[in-house]
Amino acid sequence: MGDLTLPVILLFAALGITAIAATLATWQLLRGPCAATRSVSLDMLLVITLPLIVGVGVVAGRAIYLDVAMMYALLAFLGVISLARYFDRGL
Amino acid sequence: MNVLHLIGALVTLTGSLFFLLGTIGLVRMPDFYNRVQAGTKATTLGAVLSVVGLGFFDLTWMPKLLLIALFVLLTNPLSSHALARAVHRAGLPLADGSVKDDLKACDTGDAKEVS
Repeated sequence: MGDLTLPVILLFAALGITAIAATLATWQLLRGPCAATRSVSLDMLLVITLPLIVGVGVVAGRAIYLDVAMMYALLAFLGVISLARYFDRGL
Repeated sequence: MNVLHLIGALVTLTGSLFFLLGTIGLVRMPDFYNRVQAGTKATTLGAVLSVVGLGFFDLTWMPKLLLIALFVLLTNPLSSHALARAVHRAGLPLADGSVKDDLKACDTGDAKEVS
């Protein structure tokens, strides 16, 4: 990712748009009128952060971020499932 | 300029636009159920497109990235469905303009009106 060719510029634009989307999801997470809305915002924020992690790995050129992203996806899924169970029956 | 890098950047850009549209829907929609509907579909497609598009930058990373995309494609609708159903069973009311609640009739045993 040294010189600033057209694909690199487009990649940085895509990561910037993804960061804007993450900011909007965070704003809804802080604003949300009830706990259910906050939790769906958290769900979206977790899924949006996943390509950001992979994008940091691509820009830095380090493959360890792929394993981080895989574990992150697994933990995000388990977290949202446990939130759903909490809403249903309590912990 | 590498053509594969250009294809990957365009696919990633498409996925990030889906992210932006999904979060705009999340902010604009009136209640929880509409937010689930607007948010998670767009986010699933956006995550799959972004991750696969980033794989074009280094093709040796592609199998692992396809695995991540498949995992997101399987688990994100499942988790949002579980969340929406649990919140509905906990009794969160629908928005004011809503006209139909099939799941409520199904839960209270009034199933013949549904089918």
